[in-house]
Amino acid sequence: MKLLRSLFPWILLAVALFILPIILDDFRLNLFGRYFSLAITALAIDLIWGYTGLLSLGQGIFFALGGYAVAMYLMLNTPSEAGGNGIPKFFENYGVAELPFFWQPFWSPVVTLIALWLIPAIIAGLVGYLIFRNRIKGVYFSIITQAALMVFYHFFNGQQKLINGTNGLKTSTTELFGQLVGSPSLQEWLYRLTVVLLPVAFLICRYFTSGRFGDALIAIRDDELRLRFTGYNPVPFKTIVFIVAGALCGISGALYTVQSGIVSPQYMTISMSIEMVIWVAVGGRGTLIGPIIGAVLVNYLRSLVSEALPEMWLFVQGALFIFVVVLMPDGIYGWFKNGGFSRLLAAFGFATKTATYPQLDQDPGVLEEMSSTSGTKKL
Amino acid sequence: MTQVPLLDMTDVSVSFDGFYALTDLSIRLLPGELRSIIGPNGAGKTTFLDVITGKVKPTKGSVAFQGKNLRGLSEQKISRLGIGRKFQTPRVFDNLSVLRNLELAAAPMKNPVGLFRDTLPMSVKDDVQHLLGYVGLAPYARSQAGSLSHGQKQWLAIAMVVAQSPQLLLLDEPVAGLTDEETSRTAELIKSLAGKHTVVVIEHDMEFIRELNAPVTVLHQGTVLTEGLLDSVKKDPKVIEVYLGQSQD
Repeated sequence: MKLLRSLFPWILLAVALFILPIILDDFRLNLFGRYFSLAITALAIDLIWGYTGLLSLGQGIFFALGGYAVAMYLMLNTPSEAGGNGIPKFFENYGVAELPFFWQPFWSPVVTLIALWLIPAIIAGLVGYLIFRNRIKGVYFSIITQAALMVFYHFFNGQQKLINGTNGLKTSTTELFGQLVGSPSLQEWLYRLTVVLLPVAFLICRYFTSGRFGDALIAIRDDELRLRFTGYNPVPFKTIVFIVAGALCGISGALYTVQSGIVSPQYMTISMSIEMVIWVAVGGRGTLIGPIIGAVLVNYLRSLVSEALPEMWLFVQGALFIFVVVLMPDGIYGWFKNGGFSRLLAAFGFATKTATYPQLDQDPGVLEEMSSTSGTKKL
Repeated sequence: MTQVPLLDMTDVSVSFDGFYALTDLSIRLLPGELRSIIGPNGAGKTTFLDVITGKVKPTKGSVAFQGKNLRGLSEQKISRLGIGRKFQTPRVFDNLSVLRNLELAAAPMKNPVGLFRDTLPMSVKDDVQHLLGYVGLAPYARSQAGSLSHGQKQWLAIAMVVAQSPQLLLLDEPVAGLTDEETSRTAELIKSLAGKHTVVVIEHDMEFIRELNAPVTVLHQGTVLTEGLLDSVKKDPKVIEVYLGQSQD
């Protein structure tokens, strides 16, 4: 049993890596690749919200930045995308003759692979440090991150000449290793890459949340002022996890972009960032398994509902959120962990015996009492 | 006696929108001293601690700790100078185990780098174990602090302050909600701390104050009403008036 428990994560990983690509068709496999990449974002949000108590409604910024970085690299390195002056065609439409300077580094694959998490991390660090240093907490923190998200959204929407504005950057028609990014064979490899990176993100989050550093994060969530009086400055702790979360969101956004085929300012809408929070709430914040379950489950449900009843998804999502908040405040995983499943069984009459003093249920006195009260109450 | 005071508070006033919580309060504490502070509700006892620990900035006056001005320092810097505070309600980190609570308080390097190094020095671990045993929480070391009873939380909160090994301990109502037995054990603990540390105790429980057998400062309306041993203070007509609310005529 113990062996099975310790092998369980590896079995899951092996199934995701080798079995799913066989049993699922290309379309489904691609969808699962997207879910797993979104799960990385959910992990990041859990790190800052579930563990540190920072409810950020602006993670879409970092998600989209990672996507834009990888999308521009692909466009620059695809001959068929190039216009007359050797840069992506859309620039011509707006009369831009030369590649804007900040895109220059993205000719290089190495720079792109670093930039897609480093740029979100730097922005998260700057924004986070300023907010945390000024002791902005709780709902004000959420509002500020949401306002920052709106700033980015409108900026990206309005900059046709720099980033193709509201149209975004299309990656499905670009090429990587001589293949179309949208082709099934490459998509399968991107799926595998996502499946490998998700556990890596999990381990990163576990590194930060376990041990004494994690204790400090939980202490910040529970009573930040008390931690100050103990001699800790919470600002560096909060800034560090916000940076890590920003970097993870960048990676997640890059993986999602190449698998969904486009990055656009739509990734920075308010609703998208709030959905990310919902995944974590549904799965179970304050645990590391919960957000992964939440992200995959909610998005899978979204695909199913959208295919059957295209107009209904938002209602279902809202209902799901209310259901979880009211009935499972610890999320699905938290509900399981706290014995919710056995309580549910008990509610239907399949109660498991609770541990009692030795032989309590064989004690003659207890038995007599049980038989005299049976029928009126069943424990 | 020409000892240098550990804490020197001179003419401190604190005003919240025109309401004076402290008015020209001057208190000096010598190294190793044990001092009780009593006073009716609203006398400014907690504000007095807020000023020392940096939670509230004084409107006027100065606070010096070992000759260093505390004005403008953040809470964590003041704490690291060697001032530990236990709050009126026992504030512990509910979702951490008792042991982890204490280790967090006892950690010698209180920054991210220090905490990434996952091992505490053995001496600190020994101190923590000793403290756990002393406050009777050793059997609960692995249970979550949130699951402790009120009295146990009080003890944990006190133990956390002691674990910081500060020179100045500020204890706000350390025995509120404790049984008589626990109260006298707390008094014992506090008396054993005095001498090595300077301890300030704020309490309403007169029996406890008597057990501490320390000089008493009576605060009223944000300033010192009188000082002395409990018995002489209790006979002071001003104190009786403040506590029993005798008419002014």
